[in-house]
Amino acid sequence: METLWFCLVAVMVTLYVLLDGFDLGAGAVHFLVAKTEEERRQVIASIGPVWDGNEVWLLAAGGTLYFAFPALYASSFSGFYLPLMMVLWLLILRGTSIEFRNHIKSPIWIPFWDFFFSISSLLLAIFFGAALANVVRGVPLDQSGYFFEPLWTNFRLDEQTGILDWYTILVGVQALLVLMMHGSLWLQWKTDGALNQRAARLASLCWWGVLVLTALVTAVTFSIQPQVSVNFKTWPLGYILPLLAVAGLAGVQFELRRKNERGAFLSSCAYLLGMLTSVVFGVYPMVLPARNPIYALTVHNAKAADYGLKVGLAWWLIGMLLAAIYFTHVYRSFAGKVSADTTSHG
Amino acid sequence: MGSALDVHRLHFAFTITFHYLFPQLTMGLALLIVILKSVALRTNDEHFSRAARFWAKIFGINFALGVVTGIPMEFQFGTNWAEFSKTAGGVIGQTLAMEGVFSFFLESTFLGLFLYGEKKLGRVGHWWAAFLVFLGSWMSGYFIVATDAWMQHPIGYRLGAHHQIELTSFWDLLLNQWALWQYVHTMLGAVQTGCFVMAAVGAFYVLSHRDPLYGRIFLRIGVLVGVIAALLQLTPSGDMQGKLVTQYQPTTLAAMEGLFESQDGAPLAVLGQPDVAKRTLDNPLIIPNMLSFLTYKHWNAHVQGLNDFPEDQWPDKIELLYFSYHVMVGLGTMFIAVMGISAFLLWRKKLFEARWMLWIIMLSVPLPYIANTAGWLTAELGRQPWLIYGLMRTAHGFSPRVAAGNAWFTLIGFMGLYTVLAMLWLFLIYREIEIGPEPEARLRGETLDPSVAE
Repeated sequence: METLWFCLVAVMVTLYVLLDGFDLGAGAVHFLVAKTEEERRQVIASIGPVWDGNEVWLLAAGGTLYFAFPALYASSFSGFYLPLMMVLWLLILRGTSIEFRNHIKSPIWIPFWDFFFSISSLLLAIFFGAALANVVRGVPLDQSGYFFEPLWTNFRLDEQTGILDWYTILVGVQALLVLMMHGSLWLQWKTDGALNQRAARLASLCWWGVLVLTALVTAVTFSIQPQVSVNFKTWPLGYILPLLAVAGLAGVQFELRRKNERGAFLSSCAYLLGMLTSVVFGVYPMVLPARNPIYALTVHNAKAADYGLKVGLAWWLIGMLLAAIYFTHVYRSFAGKVSADTTSHG
Repeated sequence: MGSALDVHRLHFAFTITFHYLFPQLTMGLALLIVILKSVALRTNDEHFSRAARFWAKIFGINFALGVVTGIPMEFQFGTNWAEFSKTAGGVIGQTLAMEGVFSFFLESTFLGLFLYGEKKLGRVGHWWAAFLVFLGSWMSGYFIVATDAWMQHPIGYRLGAHHQIELTSFWDLLLNQWALWQYVHTMLGAVQTGCFVMAAVGAFYVLSHRDPLYGRIFLRIGVLVGVIAALLQLTPSGDMQGKLVTQYQPTTLAAMEGLFESQDGAPLAVLGQPDVAKRTLDNPLIIPNMLSFLTYKHWNAHVQGLNDFPEDQWPDKIELLYFSYHVMVGLGTMFIAVMGISAFLLWRKKLFEARWMLWIIMLSVPLPYIANTAGWLTAELGRQPWLIYGLMRTAHGFSPRVAAGNAWFTLIGFMGLYTVLAMLWLFLIYREIEIGPEPEARLRGETLDPSVAE
């Protein structure tokens, strides 16, 4: 039962990254691909109807994590106190930027919000990457099941680690490049004209960075978190996950050259899916690895009682079915490109 | 105010108080917008469609702020109240997760369609979008209230290994009688905020001789729904809420009424300042035997005072609790008067000319916000010193590793950020009211022909 919930939470987090990932990425590349006010309006219009729903996956995943693994929620959220609070501030800034931007047509009002939209998206991408890296690397948990990490210590992988060290920064940069690529591919698919061209070029450029960093980070990860190689050795079928990531990454370049915009974006989704599931597979059964492995939180010692997990499954399935219907509906009603001359989305 | 416990409490109190300024209006307005859309659908009157569109814009701004200030609430259970989350997450995590899965997906989907899809959806389709936004926001309210209700009156659980609280009955959690009555009370409060805001904008338009036709629509709907909500809030809602507190939280009842000594035929304190050290109420204005009657429907019933309970079970901020409760009840009574007189004038067809009454309605707009805030303060301070009533003390619930300094840092950050948001909010709302329900007509410099009205 707890392994099932581990997988379900992982699915929700992965969906969050795939979906909110493209609108975060679009924000990060906002000023790089959109040069005029008209083009920037296109960027916002391409994510306007969906970004809020995408972000709900974060809340729903958080809530699910809370009731399925309360000890993990308590430990990780209080341990990552400072970066999480900053994530909250950035989410607030970003949400208000997107929603308030179009309220007043003024050459002061709009660029102001565009700036905060872009910078908050960019920082969030780095933060999320660094957060994931913190989990993979392990945190200074002790027998109480708690820890507290300062933002940084000496940037080395010692006993008392900080949120930021060379490894987590590296993964943060990787996350930024990945989401920039992902967002550019989305914009390429959803827009036309000069914006479309620039997005394609930027995606292709980011692709090389993603390639280099993926290889580097993967190699480093195997040495930092020994559980990863153990798991791949125990269940060799797991190799299918990193293979999916590699295939996805190759697919992005292939489809970009074929000018298949939808295919390129979907390949990028496959890459993200492969990467995230590899990580999840690699740390299982731990949900929060510790610097000292005996204190790690696992699906067994962090889970809620069985009765709750069982009833939860019933409403979770109903809820997810409904969510799937809503999402299909929304993405269908806003299908097609956002042109420079349409004003479909205020 | 130096200990980590105090800072974590202030942190949650500040962020949730600010957050709740927005949902109370959006939940109330959601209902009123559905009413406007329904009238528009039945009568084909274009003015009601425009009125709905005008309120949708105000709704949108408030909704966005409700969303961005709401996300920190879910996070704070883990960041600031880790020990509580670890102990009770298996129970209250259920309702919090259900809110995300059932309400947020629904709301986020249909809000976009409601705000931007009117042409695409058609008249009936757009009514459904409005209705589903209403449904989503009211469901969201229920899940949150059910969470708080479980903390007020925990049922359907057992104590498991490692001091964790385990859920044993999903339906007990979801259909907790405390949750049902607290929900009614909370939603009626939200509806009153919506009604006062709508009526106040109506009064502003009528008083300032602009958009009088819309002003009258807003006044009529705000006052009619408002008077019903204000009366229901007194009874059965307030009455039942009081009964539950009497039965399950007698210490809280004594503290919020300022009753230090147990007595038969206890009086109701209308005014007065509690002196907790001396255990007296200074300058009391009392109605003899009234408290006994209200709580037990019997003039000479025995009501337990604070002296009947050990001091370590008293709420720790009795003064604040006492005043929150009295402010809530005082304002609630005032709302009945204001809405009642307005409804009477409306019935006699005199409201739109009664400028003194329109002034009162217009200036009342902050009051329901204060009443709702005071109500939540009463509920949360009244539960003290417990985090989960009778099960877990607040002092044992905060995150053991988050030092006071880190909590202060983020609290100050939120204060700064929220100050900016509050200014933006007032600015944008004022702007929408200034633009009004007929922006095109105003842009052309036309004034509405007053003869169109009625």
